[in-house]
Amino acid sequence: MNLAVREALRAFQRAPMLSALSVTTIAFSLFAFGLFGLVALNLRNALQQVEERVEVRAFIAEGTLPEAVAAAIGDIAAFPEVQRVEMVSEVQALDRARRELGEFEDVFEAGILPASLEIRIKDGFRDPESVKAIAKRIENYDFIDDIRYGEEWVEKLYRLRTIASAAGVSLGIVFALVAVIIIGSTIRMAVLARSREIRIMRLVGATNGFIRAPFLIEGFLKGLLGGVLALLLTWVTYQFVGQYVVQATYFGGGMAVLGVLVGALIGLLGSAISVGRHLRRV
Amino acid sequence: MIRFTHVTKRYPKGGPAIDDVSFHVNRGEFVFLTGPSGAGKSTILKMVYVEERPSAGEVKVAGFSSAAMGAGTVSKLRRRLGVVFQDFRLLEDRTAEQNVAFALEVIGTPESAVAPKVARVLTQVGLAGKSTAFPHELSGGEQQRVAIARALVNDPLVLLADEPTGNLDERATRGVFQLLREINATGTAVMMATHDLSLVKAHRYRTLEMHRGKLVFDSGAEFPASADEFDTAVPGPAPEPALQGRLPLADAERPADAPDAAPADGAAEAP
Ligand SMILES: Nc1ncnc2c1ncn2[C@@H]1O[C@H](COP(=O)(O)OP(=O)(O)O)[C@@H](O)[C@H]1O
Ligand SMILES: [Mg+2]
Repeated sequence: MNLAVREALRAFQRAPMLSALSVTTIAFSLFAFGLFGLVALNLRNALQQVEERVEVRAFIAEGTLPEAVAAAIGDIAAFPEVQRVEMVSEVQALDRARRELGEFEDVFEAGILPASLEIRIKDGFRDPESVKAIAKRIENYDFIDDIRYGEEWVEKLYRLRTIASAAGVSLGIVFALVAVIIIGSTIRMAVLARSREIRIMRLVGATNGFIRAPFLIEGFLKGLLGGVLALLLTWVTYQFVGQYVVQATYFGGGMAVLGVLVGALIGLLGSAISVGRHLRRV
Repeated sequence: MIRFTHVTKRYPKGGPAIDDVSFHVNRGEFVFLTGPSGAGKSTILKMVYVEERPSAGEVKVAGFSSAAMGAGTVSKLRRRLGVVFQDFRLLEDRTAEQNVAFALEVIGTPESAVAPKVARVLTQVGLAGKSTAFPHELSGGEQQRVAIARALVNDPLVLLADEPTGNLDERATRGVFQLLREINATGTAVMMATHDLSLVKAHRYRTLEMHRGKLVFDSGAEFPASADEFDTAVPGPAPEPALQGRLPLADAERPADAPDAAPADGAAEAP
């Protein structure tokens, strides 16, 4: 094994440019994964915060009988998805608006804001589909004029997350494929460069596993290096974004290690795929 | 130890390179494999070290049969063989001792065992003083000695030499050939392919003569095959008993009237 590692390291010396190229493509692959992973991670965090506040607001038509509203509140509170229902009267609505929009308080006159029901939804039903379904049911009450549930931006956030994940995964896969191809051609060169040695190894009875090992180790090490490089790149990007754009969350240690291991796996895979094919031709 | 039974070898194109050849070689024997270029000498040797497989018939070497041999078995068998070629096949970027050590390292020999073994074989081939020389710093004859040392370092049952003197001048040829005889005298069988008839004629070793893929002449086995030469049908490494009194005779001790023209084909088949 000692010998195999030494041979693997010699391969870096023998083809420094190609080795650097394979390491960089693996790094780019993981960088793409990582960057979009970070975006997805931060969007998820943002969504979680938003979701905690998700509420449906149902505006009550003028002149509705208080009894009807009270009955409806009882009904709605009994929905399994609903956490809490609260009535906001015209007066309360005005108060709140004045408080929240301090300097514009004079804009609001009594009676301009309708009374409404504020419905909070239980955790687990805060995704756009569930919220929409609940809203539909509430809208069925005759006295409900209008209903709002911030549908647009919740959906937008969700869509953004989906797009970021998809873009990250597909770009990452493309780079991973390119990395595998480049590693394949590096292995081809390495096998060619060592063909005399390989022939002698075979002649004196070295096993196939022994002959293969240095190439697999070479791929593994390149992947590992690529992974570390990618981690560095995402860290730098993260710092940059944190400083100039928005404070964000970084991966935990487990994710970082996983990313580097995925890099090593890509490298190993790239070598494993091509080494058998090229060794057969020696 | 080596037995060919009705072996035919066809390469993808052309007629058979080896055509229904049968013979056997015993432990400790010295055998010349002769014949004009293209006769099939290299192919015979390649089938012994399983670079090629027979298209028909069976090749059995040290208890391993060509009929049932996976990749793992091939490497096991090769550890018991030594092979040298006309073109030496040394690694140019390694010294003589590194070239020899390479053959030990790649089969997982413990590091502490490597240096003494390398020193021993380099002394045996007469290159103790040039162990740190690179191949390009050595003469052809010396390079072939390094290759022989590499072939010997794992204590092979048989040394296969494919035209080992083909690239050497007359003096180096004599030296290398003398070395092969000394190696044979220690009990290692030697199978040497050559078209150098003067060498063959000057020595009364057993001769297998090939012509167009056929074995056209076999001067006969030096020793009768003993029962343990060929093990049973089960493939696998044969237990190797010690060589008991079966070392070849030195030339001087050879009867002057040793048969050098026995009838051909099939003469090699042991009773
Ligand atoms: N790899 C090969 N593919 C096709 N034909 C081959 C191959 N090797 C040898 N031959 C043919 O097999 C015959 C025997 O070759 P070889 O064993 O090399 O003879 P020798 O060593 O006696 O010169 C020749 O006709 C040669 O052309
Ligand atoms: Mg030949």
